[in-house]
Amino acid sequence: MKKEAPSLSLPRKSGRGDANDRHCAAASMTSRIRSLSRPCGGVLGRGLFATAALLATLIATPANAYLAYVSNEKGNSITIIDTEKLEAIATVKVGRRPRGIELTKDGSELFICAGDDDAIQVLDTKSLQITGKLPSGPDPELLVLGPDGGIVYVSNENDNLVTMIDARRKEQVGDVPVGVEPEGMAISPDGAILVNTSETTNMAHFIDTRTKQIVANVLVDARPRFAEFKKDGSELWVSSEVGGTISVIDPVKHIVKQKIGFAIPGLSKEAVQPIGVSITRDGKRAFVALGPANRVAVIDAETKKIEKYLLVGQRVWHLAFTPDEKYLLTTNGVSNDVSVIDVASLKVVKSIPVGAFPWGVVVAPK
Amino acid sequence: MSAIKRLFLTGAITAALAFPAAAEPLVVKVGVLREAHSRETISILDIPTADDALAGALLGAADNNTTGKFTNQSFETIDARLAEGDDPAAAIDRLAEQGARLVVADLTADRLLAASNRAKTRGALLFNASAPDESLREENCRANVIHVAPSRAMLADGLAQYLVWKQWGRWLLIKGSHPDDELLARAYRDSAKKFGAKIVEERVYADTEGGRRTDSGSVQTQRQMPVFTQSAPAHDVLVAADEAQVFGGYLPYRTWDARPVAGSAGLMPTSWDSAHEQWGAVQLQNRFIQSFRRPMNARDNGAWLAMRMIGEAATRTGSNDPATLRGFLVGEAFSIAAFKGVRLSLRPWNQQLRQPILLTDGRVVVSVSPQEGFLHQVSELDTLGADRPETKCRLQ
Repeated sequence: MKKEAPSLSLPRKSGRGDANDRHCAAASMTSRIRSLSRPCGGVLGRGLFATAALLATLIATPANAYLAYVSNEKGNSITIIDTEKLEAIATVKVGRRPRGIELTKDGSELFICAGDDDAIQVLDTKSLQITGKLPSGPDPELLVLGPDGGIVYVSNENDNLVTMIDARRKEQVGDVPVGVEPEGMAISPDGAILVNTSETTNMAHFIDTRTKQIVANVLVDARPRFAEFKKDGSELWVSSEVGGTISVIDPVKHIVKQKIGFAIPGLSKEAVQPIGVSITRDGKRAFVALGPANRVAVIDAETKKIEKYLLVGQRVWHLAFTPDEKYLLTTNGVSNDVSVIDVASLKVVKSIPVGAFPWGVVVAPK
Repeated sequence: MSAIKRLFLTGAITAALAFPAAAEPLVVKVGVLREAHSRETISILDIPTADDALAGALLGAADNNTTGKFTNQSFETIDARLAEGDDPAAAIDRLAEQGARLVVADLTADRLLAASNRAKTRGALLFNASAPDESLREENCRANVIHVAPSRAMLADGLAQYLVWKQWGRWLLIKGSHPDDELLARAYRDSAKKFGAKIVEERVYADTEGGRRTDSGSVQTQRQMPVFTQSAPAHDVLVAADEAQVFGGYLPYRTWDARPVAGSAGLMPTSWDSAHEQWGAVQLQNRFIQSFRRPMNARDNGAWLAMRMIGEAATRTGSNDPATLRGFLVGEAFSIAAFKGVRLSLRPWNQQLRQPILLTDGRVVVSVSPQEGFLHQVSELDTLGADRPETKCRLQ
């Protein structure tokens, strides 16, 4: 499939017809951008659609804003959110079934796992053009970038492999056989250890990034989906979607030192399915997305006590902080929106409509 | 004479990659005790293949062996296929003599009970991958049988919840003339009562023992089915109970009244469908098709899941002893992922696997039960099938 020329479209609005007209008006005033897929009513811009250059101008953002990128698994697109305005400002068509996404350290490129195209696409975040792809194995699902930005580590669900790719040369430099259905990926803050979780084997595999050998395997509860190190490297948190728990692992001793369970009044235990995990930079507080429980758990990351459950959109998948940790964004797969959590007040302050089945989210540095 | 073969899925066993095995791996031998299923199916797409059920077990063993690389465990599958008249008890003996005291069973209820009786003397544990009979979970329940397949009541309840949710509360029930059809019809009657639907009339479609394959079959069925369904009281949906596949498949689009068909045709409740892709299921479907060049059916999936339950228990307990594995599986700590969106666990009172029921039209999964709003104090999955307070099972 040809993916080199993405079509661009303007953000979806939450409202119905009049919202469309409003955005038409706004677009005419600014740069006469038209969405080809959902043309506006007037004659003025018919036939026009956003060129990359125009859109780049559009998203030349206000001073304080960060840009968040959301992959829409069923929409085959990336929605770009301005975190100052808290609204979607652009949608970029990409490959099929985009899930895991990751930015390069300088924010210039977005790597997109397009699982059904068996490709990792590279999106230039300035031109919003797909500029190429990384040589991934089949069905890439999640990826993580090493701390120096040199190597991308990818989980390939269909052939039980973790692939290592040189991010600059865009060449594959190794792979490691792991358990059945590799998914979650985390890199230790010093870059020495890569952790992969395998969904059917139910393990966290610790991989030495230098020797490319597995050095330890830690059993966790059923269907581990995501792994996250504390920034000081002292703990690794692994979420088990079906087991319904977080395993807190000692990354030196390779043992589960604590398990965190969730009990939400009025919800059956089957409905609580932990997936995304984000821990604040100071290691004091953690947020866990609980899938079809439609809630994000707020956890004291030191005592492991659950402080609060925040109601967000439906089937909450993944989480990302803004770099200043003012906001935490959540992708809500079933309700097609992103919830914005104000981290200081622990309140859900906004929900932003995005594309179909939002899955992954990353926020760019300034 | 049953053929007993040791089988490995090609490429499943590879050398331990992470750690050169310090000690001999723990070998977990699993028998697959199965019998041929009828080739008399209405659709040729449903004709069983030679590796029916076995293929699922082999894939489960391959998955377990990938994990086994890291845990120093190795899973071996031994195929034991019964011919007509073969004694399942003798097959249990032969498997036990080869060291396979864990057995995935794809057998009818009477043969499963015979195997269970012999398994008791051998200390073997059976995993029922296909038999839906209520009696195996109730008055004839056995401590050495774990039920991976859903019961008829679970399947019927799964469908009933959806029909009630759709507000299709008036059912015309048509059952076949075989004893299993009556058991299925009973499950639908119980479901209707449980969820407040009404069976407006029951009819029996007699099996006249004809074959299913003809070159001009549709000409007759097109005329027979409208007549057979004529003059029924007002109903919202026709529910067919036809396990022997005599008439169910002929009903859709041919009924006298323009009403949807459900049950054994039309909207069908099942534990697995080859079109199921949610919750990561597409990965399992892909693995299966890659290995066996055909889609995975419900019996394959039952055998795969049984093998995965054995693998999970062996991983967690570090044992291959049937009693130890059973202790883990019926305990609180056990849960397993099976691409159904929720964790599955065992009902401790009769060792039935709790599971969602897929509703399929044969092309796509239309819905998955339990339906929203059907509540339960322990697990919504226990709204499907007989619950603890009504069980007649006394495990022994």
